[in-house]
Amino acid sequence: MHTLLDALRFIGHNGALPSDPAAPTLLHLTLQMLWISGVGIAISLAVGLPIGAWLGHLRRFSFVAINTSNIGRALPSLAVLAIGDAILGLGLTVTEVALVILAAPIVLTNAYVGIADVDPEIVDAARGMGMSGWRILWRVEVPLALPLLFAGIRTAAVYVVATATIASLAGYNGGLGYIISDEQSYHLSGVLGAAICVAALALVVDGALALVQRALTPRGLRLERDLRGEDVDALVPVTAISPS
Amino acid sequence: MPAPDTARPEGSSGFAPAAPLELQRVTKRYPGQAAPAISELSLEVPAGEVCVLVGPSGSGKTTAMRLINRMIEPTSGDILLGGRSVLERRPDELRREIGYVIQQIGLFPHQTIGENIATVPHLLGWDKARIAHRRDELLELVGLDPEEMRDRYPAQLSGGQRQRVGVARALAADPPLMLMDEPFGAIDPINRERLQDEFLRLQATVRKTVVFVTHDIDEAIKMGDRIAILREGGVLAQYAPPAELLSRPADDFVAQFVGADRGLKRLALTTLADVELIQPNGLAPSGRRVPLRSTVRDALSMILTAGGKPLTVVDDEDRVAGLVTLELVGGLLGTEADRGSDGAGGSDGGPA
Amino acid sequence: MSVLAPAGVVIPTFGGAPSSYACERANRLFCPDWVSKNWSSVLWPALRQHVLLCVVAVAIGFVISFALALLAYRRRAVERPVILISGILYTIPSLALFEILVPFKPLGLSDRTAEVALVSYTLLILFRNIVTGLREVPDEVREAARGMGMTDRQCLWRVELPLALPSIIAGVRIATVTVVALATVASYICDQGLGVPILAAIQDGVFKTELIAAGGLAVALALCADGLLVLLQRALTPWARAR
Repeated sequence: MHTLLDALRFIGHNGALPSDPAAPTLLHLTLQMLWISGVGIAISLAVGLPIGAWLGHLRRFSFVAINTSNIGRALPSLAVLAIGDAILGLGLTVTEVALVILAAPIVLTNAYVGIADVDPEIVDAARGMGMSGWRILWRVEVPLALPLLFAGIRTAAVYVVATATIASLAGYNGGLGYIISDEQSYHLSGVLGAAICVAALALVVDGALALVQRALTPRGLRLERDLRGEDVDALVPVTAISPS
Repeated sequence: MPAPDTARPEGSSGFAPAAPLELQRVTKRYPGQAAPAISELSLEVPAGEVCVLVGPSGSGKTTAMRLINRMIEPTSGDILLGGRSVLERRPDELRREIGYVIQQIGLFPHQTIGENIATVPHLLGWDKARIAHRRDELLELVGLDPEEMRDRYPAQLSGGQRQRVGVARALAADPPLMLMDEPFGAIDPINRERLQDEFLRLQATVRKTVVFVTHDIDEAIKMGDRIAILREGGVLAQYAPPAELLSRPADDFVAQFVGADRGLKRLALTTLADVELIQPNGLAPSGRRVPLRSTVRDALSMILTAGGKPLTVVDDEDRVAGLVTLELVGGLLGTEADRGSDGAGGSDGGPA
Repeated sequence: MSVLAPAGVVIPTFGGAPSSYACERANRLFCPDWVSKNWSSVLWPALRQHVLLCVVAVAIGFVISFALALLAYRRRAVERPVILISGILYTIPSLALFEILVPFKPLGLSDRTAEVALVSYTLLILFRNIVTGLREVPDEVREAARGMGMTDRQCLWRVELPLALPSIIAGVRIATVTVVALATVASYICDQGLGVPILAAIQDGVFKTELIAAGGLAVALALCADGLLVLLQRALTPWARAR
């Protein structure tokens, strides 16, 4: 309890460190985290969504598409970051590469499963009406696959925030992990304060994406899901159920 | 093919082979809806008979059926099976005494055919040997090879085969009552007819009390010993054997539901063997030949194809039994129509 | 535990006499000699601890999720709050969650803290998959089961749960793989698991062999566990392959 109050005080002081006035402020480090995560998420989406969606539309290479995420999930982020450090030295670029390697498979797999699982009869009907492949993807499959797409996006986004925190354990000098990994200087209260900020950041990122999901989901689908009693906009991330 | 067990007076499960069923002013009202789904429905099904519930959609026929095994609870009224009220029993115990066949069949995908069939005997605690014996007996009864089928999974069977397994499963514990909800509805017409015929053959052997729901009046006429026509709101419009239904529909609704061709439908109920044929009286038999066991309706169709000329009726050994003509057939219908007193539709077939 | 990237190359010392192996001194990517030399003192204990951490976490997580899922299956109202709470726990980055739990008295810097955090990561996945698996059972199968006279409990254990198995095991697979990866970070607050050699390898200057060996073991462990679970699923669901 005592530590918790100290942690809150730490946050209130913007992470000021009496022993080192030149230390970066909490706000600065948080914004830095946001930046690192943002870039990482953006690249992961840019890589994972198109590939996953197109493969899903074609309904091919399912083994690869589904198992990349298994491998991605199995890789301990800490190890990947450290290996990046070992081979190339840990700068911003390498960190971002590591983040994308870990997060893109999640986006890809969920996009694949989401699009491929769209009722084939609906796709058939669309094709029969003369829609081209691209149009079917964009106007039919994507809207119907939105929940799983966003499940992947949100899970990946949170994962990026988490991994960015760990990056400092592997040697990267920035973000809130800077505080968390330096208990000697910041003591438990500081570490706890930074941890709380990380948790809050992750929840905010997820919440923001949930709002985006709600905004993008067509009204008709929201109504249908509501009537069926399903979680209309899941407040928290959902993971793709990997088929056997 | 007929199984000796089921012909015993007390059935192989200890249940009576068939029990009479009685619905006494059964009503089902759903909260928030103005009109009841079933309204004061009363009917009696004698033991060993097939009662068909038929009507347009919204008539509550499936609801009525599901009230019997308490998948739905009645709002008021009583249902007696073998003289005992079903409302006094524990629902799951009650249902183990009632065979239940639904349209989508609902075989357990994770169990073999054998295990599926053994479900209720298992619930009743039969010993393994008895279950195994009954399982094989039933598979043969529905026309499937036990050796081949008992260890297969439902996914490996065709729709028609699955439906047979569904019926076998319902018969497993030799229940005194069977409920069947559009059991052949999801099957293609050719196999449906085959399954209907086989079920009738089966029923002739096991003689269960059956409540059969369908929306198809032709199926009702074929399968039912008695037919209950329900109108919207579960109101009983008429409850009668097929012949009576066709010749004396109770009102316009029934007449319309039965169809403008009910005259023809009636002809399908009789075979040439039951009709007094015209004797050739020494004249050489002429015209096409038609078997004695054909229905009058089929004979009529052949007469029309032959341009209205008479046909020679022959028995199985090809001996001439008589002649059948257009006038003879018309006379059959006319006789019955005169006996009836209603004007609904009449014999010229105009719907009310 | 300040970890900052050192400037220039540092020859790792790893708490012993300077190494006599050229491979280690040059800090090349992977030295098999180091691995064989240090297997029983460093890698094997870490692996054992890691397996134990993960098995306990998934087991406890499964028991809790299963109980909650059965409850939510009967009472829909339970589902939302459970998903909300487990979802929030899942969203909090692992390192942060470990740190947040440390101050609590009974926990502190121990494997108990790690277990609590790891268990909370499994809850969302397992709960969702068990509930979804049960809900996906075709309506007509349930109707037939009830119509034949099964009680609710008989229907659950004999029909619904067996049919939900594929979804349940899929959830266990995801949870297991996730936990194996997350447990590497757990060594930050508790001195167990494959994270220990990983963090040690980073500490004075990245020792690549130890890093790759320990990291590689973690990946191998996750994939093995996943593969075993797939085999388990095949064994438990013979009907899924019958065509």
